[in-house]
Amino acid sequence: MSDEEIAISVRDLVVGFGKRTVIDHLSLDVRAGEIIGLVGASGGGKSVLMRTLIGLLPKRGGEIEFRDRRNGAGRRGVLFQQGALFSALNARQNIQLPLRESAHLSPGLLDEIANAKLEMVGLTAEDGDKFPSELSGGMTKRVALARALALDPALLFLDEPTSGLDPIAAGEFDALIKTLQRTLRFTVFMITHDLNSLAAVCNRVAALADGKIVALGPLSAVLASDHPWVRAYFHGARAQMLHLGSN
Amino acid sequence: MVGILVLRELGVLIVAIMVAGRSGSAYTAELGSMKMREEIDALSTMGLDPIAVLILPRVAALVIALPILTFIGSMAGLYGGGIVAQFYGDMAPAVYVQRLHEAVSITSFKVGILKAPFMALVIGIVACGEGLRVQGSAESLGKQTTTSVVKSIFLVIVLDGLFAVFFASIGM
Repeated sequence: MSDEEIAISVRDLVVGFGKRTVIDHLSLDVRAGEIIGLVGASGGGKSVLMRTLIGLLPKRGGEIEFRDRRNGAGRRGVLFQQGALFSALNARQNIQLPLRESAHLSPGLLDEIANAKLEMVGLTAEDGDKFPSELSGGMTKRVALARALALDPALLFLDEPTSGLDPIAAGEFDALIKTLQRTLRFTVFMITHDLNSLAAVCNRVAALADGKIVALGPLSAVLASDHPWVRAYFHGARAQMLHLGSN
Repeated sequence: MVGILVLRELGVLIVAIMVAGRSGSAYTAELGSMKMREEIDALSTMGLDPIAVLILPRVAALVIALPILTFIGSMAGLYGGGIVAQFYGDMAPAVYVQRLHEAVSITSFKVGILKAPFMALVIGIVACGEGLRVQGSAESLGKQTTTSVVKSIFLVIVLDGLFAVFFASIGM
């Protein structure tokens, strides 16, 4: 079954700074075509894990293997927490930058692609002329998503895509990710604190505590986990308010 | 005296210090805020080398601009010297120009202008290096910018001293 194909295989990964080990012999398989959500305590190493996967941080030991053999494999899109749009370029140029650097395309074609990507994430062509400082939080995230999708990646990394958005915008963004994922069939690795997005978007949830994955599976399975941190996370007062913990 | 001093030492030194203060700090702040907003990480994930895309053009621009600025600065210095000579020394402009002509050789000019690209290199590398060292906070950005300016002004003066030794030993 193609759904069971592994996109990223992580084995015994160790990452640390100085004397502190942040990721401690972590193993995780990400299946091709799924949306996997990573939860964990603040400062618990979620971003570190993602940055190691992307190749921004060196690993101390273990293996990371990208196995996706489909078309476009190896191309990765990353959505950073604050968008990380280049402030000197407008939205359209931001989307075009990865394209411009990897292929020689005519300016007309570049504009067409950028406009198509803008439309894909629910923005208009006029928004493309705005600079990052003129964009709202939600729009910044959308432009950053469009940029991450510019090269039609097989693998998309999202760092807290809904943080800093109001519930309506966050819900829309969740829906957008889900729709795009369903249409374009890429794999999504997403860090999130948003319990709603976990429930609405993710096929599987991985809980990171003490540098290891302590629970992995569909949300219902993770909810049933009896690891103390996972219980505290999902069955705490804030989770109760969303009636997540009650079932 | 004014001519030699301005062309050999003062012109390039003052210009370099000013550039370290205004462009160096701008570089550090610019790269530092890019670092803070993860823009540099974003560049790396796109397969672009931040050093090639962000640092080389900036350093190259300084290397080109600083000699030109040194030239303009030296000319302004000589002009200022002329005005002072006229009002405080009662020296007619024509006499000043003639004296200047006798005192100044092309060597003084060359010594000054030769130093400029090296100073630009130092300022650029220090400024960009400090910019990339910025950590997540605004406080760190301020600290690194200060460090950048202090360090590059210090290094520029040290470099000027080294050049003086060097030029003396080759007899220029």
